Amino acid sequence: MSTTPDTHTPEARENLDIYATSAADTADTEGARVFNAAGGDWDQLSDDATALHEERIVVNMGPQHPSTHGVLRLILELDGETVTEARAGIGYLHTGIEKNMEFRTWTQGVTFCTRMDYVAPLFNEAVYCLAVEKLLGITDQIPQRASVIRVLMMELNRISSHLVALATGGMEMGATTVMTVGFRERERVLAIFEMISGLRMNHAFIRPGGVAQDLPPGAIDKVRDAVPAIRKGLGELELLLNENPILKGRTVDVGYLDLTGCMALGITGPILRSTGLPHDLRKSDPYCGYETYDFEVVTRDSCDAYGRLRIRLDEMYESLKIVEQCVDRLQANPGPVMVEDKKIAWPAQLAIGGDGMGNSLDHIREIMGTSMESLIHHFKLVTEGFRVPPGQAYAAVESPKGELGCHAVSEGGTRPFRAHFRDPSFNNLQATAAMCEGGQVADVIVAVASIDPVMGGVDR
Amino acid sequence: MSDEKKPDAKTEAALPGPNAEVEKGDTKAAAEHGATTGDNLPAAPGTVPEPVVVGERRGMFGAADVGDTSGYGGLRTPILFPAAAQRPYGGWFDEIADSLERGLVGGDASFGEAVERVVVDRGELTLHVRREHLPTVARVLRDDPALRFEICTGVSGVHYPGEQGRELHAVYHFLSITHGSRRVRVEVSCPDGDAHIPSIVSIYPAADWHERETWDMFGIEFDGHPSLTRILMPDDWPGHPQRKDYPLGGIPVEYKGATIPPPDQRRSYN
Amino acid sequence: MGIEEKLPAGFLLTTVEQVAGYMRKSSVWPATFGLACCAIEMMAVGTPDYDIARFGMERFSATPRQADLMIVAGRVSQKMAPVVRQVYDQMPEPKWVISMGVCASSGGMFNNYAIVQGVDHIIPVDVYLPGCPPRPEMLLNAILTLHEQIQGSKLGVNRVAAARAAEEAALRATPTHQMKGLLAEGAGSLRVAAGLQAPHDHTVAHRHGGAGGVA
Repeated sequence: MSTTPDTHTPEARENLDIYATSAADTADTEGARVFNAAGGDWDQLSDDATALHEERIVVNMGPQHPSTHGVLRLILELDGETVTEARAGIGYLHTGIEKNMEFRTWTQGVTFCTRMDYVAPLFNEAVYCLAVEKLLGITDQIPQRASVIRVLMMELNRISSHLVALATGGMEMGATTVMTVGFRERERVLAIFEMISGLRMNHAFIRPGGVAQDLPPGAIDKVRDAVPAIRKGLGELELLLNENPILKGRTVDVGYLDLTGCMALGITGPILRSTGLPHDLRKSDPYCGYETYDFEVVTRDSCDAYGRLRIRLDEMYESLKIVEQCVDRLQANPGPVMVEDKKIAWPAQLAIGGDGMGNSLDHIREIMGTSMESLIHHFKLVTEGFRVPPGQAYAAVESPKGELGCHAVSEGGTRPFRAHFRDPSFNNLQATAAMCEGGQVADVIVAVASIDPVMGGVDR
Repeated sequence: MSDEKKPDAKTEAALPGPNAEVEKGDTKAAAEHGATTGDNLPAAPGTVPEPVVVGERRGMFGAADVGDTSGYGGLRTPILFPAAAQRPYGGWFDEIADSLERGLVGGDASFGEAVERVVVDRGELTLHVRREHLPTVARVLRDDPALRFEICTGVSGVHYPGEQGRELHAVYHFLSITHGSRRVRVEVSCPDGDAHIPSIVSIYPAADWHERETWDMFGIEFDGHPSLTRILMPDDWPGHPQRKDYPLGGIPVEYKGATIPPPDQRRSYN
Repeated sequence: MGIEEKLPAGFLLTTVEQVAGYMRKSSVWPATFGLACCAIEMMAVGTPDYDIARFGMERFSATPRQADLMIVAGRVSQKMAPVVRQVYDQMPEPKWVISMGVCASSGGMFNNYAIVQGVDHIIPVDVYLPGCPPRPEMLLNAILTLHEQIQGSKLGVNRVAAARAAEEAALRATPTHQMKGLLAEGAGSLRVAAGLQAPHDHTVAHRHGGAGGVA
């Protein structure tokens, strides 16, 4: 599209705004003066603005701004310090993940969907795999150990996601120590992830049919040792956050959204639980065996950012409880971690060799030496992938941000015909207007932080 | 029967035995359920609903561009989606259907006019609703005490280029917290040339951004939406990216000694 | 850039270059330009476990006007591209760019309509850092590589000469898909890959089956 400005006259050259991003800007703002704050004398600009005698100014916050969770653009109409209108502009991280998945096999789709909500990647993987398994009809055949590992990884991911939310939220409010403490605890969780799946983030670990490989030796002890350390770190965070008068002053009664608002906007997750409704998919619509674990659904009834902060903290303690139960089960019950049907089960068991992680030598010995069938399965599954009967399925999990859903459509092939993800942050960001209008500019930041949007999931 | 031509070997192995009360996607089970004979014979043609053809697969491996050297190049298999379900649907699906029928009485449309097909597949209930009656159905789903689907979790667009006259589908998922997290799916379809579906933003405000995204990605216009604009793509982007006729848009990647084409132009076997 | 640009070439300039390089590399202030997953790893670099503060870089500047280094961390979508350029333009000289992660370096796994295939389509990049996402240690390695570049960067007349030489080298370099991998027969290994030596005649290599080893 053309942005060539008019440079024919000296006046035009003088007023040349090389930072105008599109010709559409001037067309849309007919009647309103547009000030581009892109260098030059600020005093002159503010003099021009006050000369207009306009009370209301539209301020654009983002998409690059330290106080936004990723590339979120907030368009605020300000009346002094009060926000009269707030709109969220998204799409700056749109990656076309869903369309990309239509050109990859069902298993390769895991590596794509995992990068949507990148602070909680295992939830994306889990919901996608649950949808695929629903399409395949093998939901009952997933081995129990695989389900327990999935729950373990998901709960650890919940902890690390809430830690990011609290840490960045604290940093945005100016509390840098909260950030360092939060990320320090997160490193403990990431070290566990690295040991189990090989990667700190964006692990393609949960695959349709089970998980990619079993826990390595030493993983259970590592998790057992990490849990009290994380608990202690959470205690430190609580000391910094819970009764902090400045934090309370900034978060109590900020970002208010009551149950009516939540229901109207389809909000789920900590925001809904802060209104007092104990809705948690792990309890109401369990998956992966969640009904067998002992944990509470944390709710508050203050409907504000402080309530959501406390909910996130308490949810982390509940997740630690679940992690301990998982570890006990894993220690007691060895077993397979992939579905039995060899036409679906991801074949390779990986092991660390002299040159890094690769196919375990036992597996290679088996497929090359003893079993032609295994070799064929390995070949077909890795190159072509398994076929899924035609139809559609919707699976949903309770991600740290709310209900994360996956609508998967298959046309009988080895590739998803359509994989659409209902990301909770995408939905919850619609509440920005309801939460921020009428408040102050500084409260916008706190409110958005309490929604905890992750733009990778919002834009996909 | 047309379902025999599917490449059955792999799919049969993948499907387990039937679950207790829920129907599978296998069309044979649907036929058996509807048939009243106890002889395990397929039902006589015309008595049971047929599976829906949404497209066609060519050849054994779906090779589209390069020649199919598998020897099965002439194979033409229809892609069959599950057929309409027959009463009783099983579980609480019947409750939903009955409540919806009751709720629609006295309104703009009756159950038979609004809902063209009910599909029960893989443990999920799908109502295929005619597009002009979508707001009515949505209102009943939200307000009727027996239904009470408070949350519309989202709109998902799907483009079936093989389904003439009904290419673009908008799939709505609803969740009822009151009734223990029940879910129902409402699917609306519209032809490519006339891609208009009434918006349900006035009933479920949460659908606002989801409808904008579906417009952005598929070109389905939602009539009555307050501000149907681009949300994920730049404001002046031409085309609707997630349609099947929109290319993936990648570039060839250079390696030492070779250039790999983008994913949608490589040889593909699916 | 300043008075150091006006100095004549020679011993004095060399000393000034070393001093200026040392000063510049010791307090590079990154701009917060975290886009996606790599941003989380970039934030992790700022935390005590990996501690970017030991290089004087813990002060992430939100405003590009006070930033020296733009770490493009994450995938750059088509919608975001003009913003990237605008932020880069708002940074004052001297400025450097690290493209962190494969998405920023080359489009990564997302070879499609929505992602710019490498942020070097928009801005000049000094250090490319692969990884998905790169570990914090990898980012620190990239930063140290950049520090060495900064330490060794020339000023004034020397800078102009170095830029010309780099341009010449780039124009003479072999295109990627004509390069041979290190295992190919007759590849002449690294000297060919660096464009300092003409690659072998392709027809000869083909006859000997040497090029068949690649792809």
